[in-house]
Amino acid sequence: MSKRCTIPFKGTKEQEAQLRAMIADHKDQQGALMPILQGAQEIYGYLPYEVMTIISQELKISMADIYGVATFYAQFSLVPKGEYKIGVCLGTACYVKGAGDLIDKVKEILNLEVGGCTPDGKFSLEATRCIGACGLAPVMTINDDVYGRLTVDQIPGILKKYMD
Amino acid sequence: MNVNLKINGIDVTVPKGTTILEAAKTVGVEIPTLCYMKEINEIGACRICVVEVKGARSLVAACVYPVNEGMEVYTNSPAVIKARKTTLELILSNHNRKCLSCVRSDNCELQKMCKEFGVEDCGRFDGEKTPTTVDDSAPHMIRDNSKCVLCRRCVAVCKHNQGVSVIGAVERGFATSINCAFEDELASSPCISCGQCIVNCPTGALTEKDDTAKVWDAINDPEKTVIVQTAPAVRAALGEEFGLPIGTNVEGQMIAGLKMLGFDKVFDTNFTADLTIMEEGTEFIDRVQNGGKLPIITSCSPGWVKYCEYYYPEFIENLSSCKSPQQMFGAVTKTWYAEKNNLDPKNIVCVSVMPCVAKKFELGRDDQAAAGVPDVDVSITTRELAKMLKSACIDLKSLPVAEYDNPLGEYTGAGVIFGATGGVMEAALRTAVEILTGKEAPSIDFVDVRGTEGIKEATYNVNGMDINVCVCSGTANAAKVLDAVKSGEKNYHFIEIMGCPGGCVNGGGQPIQPASVTNFTDVRALRAKVLYDIDAACARRKSHDNPVVQAIYNEYFEKPGSHKAHKILHTSYVARSRYDD
Repeated sequence: MSKRCTIPFKGTKEQEAQLRAMIADHKDQQGALMPILQGAQEIYGYLPYEVMTIISQELKISMADIYGVATFYAQFSLVPKGEYKIGVCLGTACYVKGAGDLIDKVKEILNLEVGGCTPDGKFSLEATRCIGACGLAPVMTINDDVYGRLTVDQIPGILKKYMD
Repeated sequence: MNVNLKINGIDVTVPKGTTILEAAKTVGVEIPTLCYMKEINEIGACRICVVEVKGARSLVAACVYPVNEGMEVYTNSPAVIKARKTTLELILSNHNRKCLSCVRSDNCELQKMCKEFGVEDCGRFDGEKTPTTVDDSAPHMIRDNSKCVLCRRCVAVCKHNQGVSVIGAVERGFATSINCAFEDELASSPCISCGQCIVNCPTGALTEKDDTAKVWDAINDPEKTVIVQTAPAVRAALGEEFGLPIGTNVEGQMIAGLKMLGFDKVFDTNFTADLTIMEEGTEFIDRVQNGGKLPIITSCSPGWVKYCEYYYPEFIENLSSCKSPQQMFGAVTKTWYAEKNNLDPKNIVCVSVMPCVAKKFELGRDDQAAAGVPDVDVSITTRELAKMLKSACIDLKSLPVAEYDNPLGEYTGAGVIFGATGGVMEAALRTAVEILTGKEAPSIDFVDVRGTEGIKEATYNVNGMDINVCVCSGTANAAKVLDAVKSGEKNYHFIEIMGCPGGCVNGGGQPIQPASVTNFTDVRALRAKVLYDIDAACARRKSHDNPVVQAIYNEYFEKPGSHKAHKILHTSYVARSRYDD
């Protein structure tokens, strides 16, 4: 089953120029693939198929090899981040205070997996490590907004604020 | 510099840098391996080859561990045996153990090892299994990751020998699998269908698509005339499936077996190998004399042709327009032979037995239907033929030899060597030299182009003109040759390329020898010798001396390269993109 990202690629000409310049900078160094993938993710926020094809052609490395590296390291994402990036803290304090139930509720409402993005590009969901707000546990963040001492039944109301 | 050590108490002296595995081999001590492939997959991943080194903190992987002065190695100590057993049990805990119905049952390296180590309680570590899917999207093969042991041998041959890398390890830890980029289907990847991954897989994870049912259906259909052709390399390897030594010629028994299976006619692809030489040789001479595209590159190997289309489309014009011998055979059968024998091409089922899985892809290509129906209907591998024979209770070894039917079973020594790297070139030279000079050549053995090296070159002076030829096998070598041509570093007139290393004798459809054999024996050379021995014993060794080839031109095609020959025996190619548009 193909794991291609179904959200359409929205790269710009400027981003491509930036990507090609970045590849040219690293191309001749040994082990160029890692820094180039890191650079590409910085430019696009994730590693789209279209970007990997450019890297593949420039470095003469097959798509399977690039995909292997991109899926081996947790730092790379194959799906874009949403307009609203939801983070549910799964650090110890939040977890014992029920953050697992919070994340399940978010997944259920948005029909979303952890690490995924809704097809309209609006929401993406991450399970974060401790964000240092243990006093407010359990904690959820949406972009720069922080919601603390949450219960599951507050989740629908919070998400609704970002839906329109 | 040499190093002295003891293995199981035996004194061993080997050059510095030798691995324990290789050192042990020199004194006849076998160490089992699973992931190890000499030079291309020395990754120490599977841990089957672990051995005990006196004083070492833990067991070490013999396939990658270099010997040291004074080292004492134990390859079968209790700790070693226990570790190997545990490793096998762990592999089995994530393995689809439907061995009874597995195509590799009896020829599975994992199964054999489990038996040898007495791993009976295969459910010891049972638990969750990595979710897998079966990919049957491609016409030539099936990938079933539930039987994959992650040894990465397929990945290594795809990358290093074939220069293709359409499969690799994706994800990590428990989720790791061997897959195409984005876990796409193989059919949508730039796979060249060579099947080298299949013949290097230790288990049943990679197999050809089984087309034997189609053949049985045709044989059992009274309306159909079922004609079988056998490629040169099949007779050099089929015996291995029946326990005969590598390098046994079973041509006569194979023909007898095919007749017993019920084919109406048993013919030989060698015949159309000879015909290919007439067409390709003429095409070469024409290009040389009339300023056509050079170097001309052979087009017999469908894996190579697909590689060219995907990876070097700028060389498509260089490809000979000749169909492959398999396809020429189908085309001739359904035109000339059908007309002669009052057969409706629609009622002929042309079956090919090939050392190749790419042939399953080739028969479905465009522009391969000379009589308005596909030239070839079903292509089965050497392995599938063995399976058919076994299911009909035919023991190849005990059969009396039989001969090919007439007329399409007639061949020369030039046709039979098509199955080994260098064979097509040598066959072409035997004919081209005589056409160019107009007289019989003093020697027809072009030994410079023989042998299993990946890239060979030679220059022959014919009629005052130097003809530079190059022969290569394994598409990673093809890439090297084509890059040298592109840069102007090399100037060849004629290049022979076969997709699989060593040519068709080592094709993706041939009997599978375990890595314990292929790591230390050149199977390619042993099988190729069968073909060169047949050639040496042939009364006629030049394609243009084949009487049926002569008859077919007199009666039907008029002359090589004629308009009619072009319509029936030639084809076209298409540039393919490795990426989505």
